[in-house]
Amino acid sequence: MAARDHDRASPAVAVDDEALLRGDVEAYLRRHEQKELLRLVVIGSVDDGKSTLIGRLLHDTASVYEDQLSAVKRASARGATRGDGSAAEVDFSLFTDGLRAEREQGITIDVAYRYFATATRKFIIADTPGHVQYTRNMATGASTANVAVILIDARLGVLAQTRRHAYLASLLGIPHLVVCVNKMDLVAWDPAVFARIADEIGAFAGRLGIPDVTCLPVSALRGDQIVTHGDAAPWYDGPTLLEHLERVPLDADRNLDELRFPVQYVVRPSLDYRGFAGQLASGVVRVGDEVVALPSGRRTTVAAIDTYDGALTEAFAPMSVTLRLADEIDVSRGDMIVHAGRAPLASQRLDAMLVWLSERPMDPDRSYLLKHTSRLVRADVVGVVGVIDPEDLAPRPAPHLSLNDIGRVTLRAHQPLFCDPYAHNRATGSFILIDSLTHDTVGAGMIVAGGVPTAAAAAGPRAQVSAAERRARLDQVGAVITVGGAAADAARGRAYLVERVLFDHGRIAAVVDAAAAAAVAAAGVLAIVVAADGDGGVAAARLDDERVTGDDDEALARAVLGALERAGKLGATEPFD
Amino acid sequence: MTPSPPGLDARRLTHLRQLEAESIHILREVAAELERPVMLYSIGKDSSVMVRLAQKAFAPGPLPFPLLHIDTTWKFRAMYEFRDRFCADHGLRLLVHQNRRGVADGVNPFDHGSNKYTQIMKTHALLEALREGGYDAAFGGARRDEERSRAKERIYSFRDQFGQWDPKNQRPELWNLYNGKVKRGESIRAFPLSNWTELDVWQYVWLEDIPIVPLYFAAPRPVVERDGALIMVDDDRMRLRPGEVPRTEVVRFRTLGCYPLSGAIRSEATTLPAIIQEMLLARHSERQGRLIDHDEEGSMEVKKREGYF
Repeated sequence: MAARDHDRASPAVAVDDEALLRGDVEAYLRRHEQKELLRLVVIGSVDDGKSTLIGRLLHDTASVYEDQLSAVKRASARGATRGDGSAAEVDFSLFTDGLRAEREQGITIDVAYRYFATATRKFIIADTPGHVQYTRNMATGASTANVAVILIDARLGVLAQTRRHAYLASLLGIPHLVVCVNKMDLVAWDPAVFARIADEIGAFAGRLGIPDVTCLPVSALRGDQIVTHGDAAPWYDGPTLLEHLERVPLDADRNLDELRFPVQYVVRPSLDYRGFAGQLASGVVRVGDEVVALPSGRRTTVAAIDTYDGALTEAFAPMSVTLRLADEIDVSRGDMIVHAGRAPLASQRLDAMLVWLSERPMDPDRSYLLKHTSRLVRADVVGVVGVIDPEDLAPRPAPHLSLNDIGRVTLRAHQPLFCDPYAHNRATGSFILIDSLTHDTVGAGMIVAGGVPTAAAAAGPRAQVSAAERRARLDQVGAVITVGGAAADAARGRAYLVERVLFDHGRIAAVVDAAAAAAVAAAGVLAIVVAADGDGGVAAARLDDERVTGDDDEALARAVLGALERAGKLGATEPFD
Repeated sequence: MTPSPPGLDARRLTHLRQLEAESIHILREVAAELERPVMLYSIGKDSSVMVRLAQKAFAPGPLPFPLLHIDTTWKFRAMYEFRDRFCADHGLRLLVHQNRRGVADGVNPFDHGSNKYTQIMKTHALLEALREGGYDAAFGGARRDEERSRAKERIYSFRDQFGQWDPKNQRPELWNLYNGKVKRGESIRAFPLSNWTELDVWQYVWLEDIPIVPLYFAAPRPVVERDGALIMVDDDRMRLRPGEVPRTEVVRFRTLGCYPLSGAIRSEATTLPAIIQEMLLARHSERQGRLIDHDEEGSMEVKKREGYF
């Protein structure tokens, strides 16, 4: 095939657009102000021609500057990066190769972001390396994407790696998948090759539940079907990649149903003003709406929606605004404002898919910091249900997760989180885990469900740690202690004092939700539950069936310790009778 | 609920408004999670946009952090004038830091070369100012589209206790969940404009009527042609080489920095739309006018490792 003129004028700037730019530039600017933003992640391995495809998109949409182009031309000539004697041509992959280490190794090792625009949309490309060991980077790039572009080498067809890439796109909740069957020039643009690959990947994506899958035959190197059609495949009458990207409908992907307003920052410039600043994660809010602040559960109405540019009557996701509420209720960072009657799940127990991002494997015995919306809490790993086998994508039992593993886990947060399943809400269904010692971001989680333990966890393999082993390690056996009081606050304060005294005596105790108490006790911890309707004003507690009292809270705490001793709950082994 | 309630189409943000909302989110996260943030203010158009976004993030309150200008003492006079008026007009708390030893030693771009000069008067001065102020977060106006090594920069760019950036040891950033945990002495650089392009910034300046330094607009200015660049003779410290005679040309600047190191372009663009038109038709990379990048390919990455923005 004859080498083409790679320096042709950009076809992406439409002729009338360019005329407008040369003439009425203000009209041009007004038109370009109306663009939508589309984020795409391009997934593929080095050999699939991913960098070439992205370089081609940038070059053919005139998003490469002249001096970059001349630098790349110089480098192409000097490096002779392809061994086929074609080094005199522009090597499009050089537009995207970033860091020095990568240029030396000839691979991309980190996510890079590229930008280009057409008359209707601005695009942000997350360019992610496709090696099996770089699941971490793919997950990063995919987390914010509207569209995933996956490359397949036409000569090789659908590989295990392709299925992994599609699986990851579905896991990260990307609603639109575009499969570029690349290097079609190397299979002589055979329509049968394209049809076979399209059928296979289409069926697989269907099983994954990806709602929108489109297959395109392309040659990134030659530029066919990327921005311009070319004349290589007269049998193909579908859109080019860019035409398709300009048309993907984005409206339906937005969640405008349920209001989720995580409070980021309290704006309080004077005593008369208290505003709650945040970005709507989903939904719509109007002045006068009845809302609930979580976790307090206090109801009020929206008094005003403020912005620097003036007050609004309505705001919708993903706007950043400041809400003022009609009543003076206690709201701070990490709280969430939602519509009354449309609250998310408030849960400490999370069933989630987790991508492990750290070279240091997950330690199930440690607690991690968990960031969910604007809330940062501690969380423990309750268990690993299974790890996805990268070959057949089936779950296998595993004790923990290692770098680039994807697994299903159960976590317990130390405070409730206000979450939705990730499939319904990418903003309130996602979280990251942070190592509390190194402060690295070690995990990326997508909530499957909250609340009750899942059937899968219950019916799964048997636990391998026995009660006796736990006892030997913890020097105690778990129990549930119910602390009562006339008012909720008094009872809670009493519970915390009991916790303190037990802790000071070397015991492992925790004040927990009633729902979590049995699970915590089963793990060997002394679970302290608050019961506001307990024994009136008396300092009383209950251990199993035994009622314990004291003259005051301190005395009660010591009495609880005695009762635990008597009941044989303390010590590394079961006491003799 | 009807599948498509009336007005749904109206509930759509343009790309600029979406970028704006995301930048405001970043500004608020940093202000909420870090103890002592500061905003680096370079007087350029990106700084002007960043300040506007910060005003939007915390309105009706003031910015909960000061602005910090790293002053090499070699900026254009028009930049100093603009800086002082802009900060006064907007009630902004401005801190100015100079590398005092560099000033005392007479470090200048003529004798020391652009590399060494930049390292002493910008990089060292910045690190010194951040250390003296005890800041654990510094906002910068850098964009990922400016230069190749910046394409991989995080929104929260993590720096060790020496202010250094290790490209292989950056935290993954997923969704909009930023990890702002730092140990004592460590810090982050936060880039709220990461996803903005040069055109986005200019369009926003136009849309929001944001004040910018007059040097961006074409006007008759005294220049000399040196090493292929048009250098403005902004004051009498400019050392003319033999044979160099300043002449008046109608020029403007695409990017602002130290005047002896900032190349002007010949231009007739005296309005914002004309600037944008010129930029779109010319398509020359922004940093080309900045002489410090010319030294070697990939030099920006080297500077960043040392702590430069």
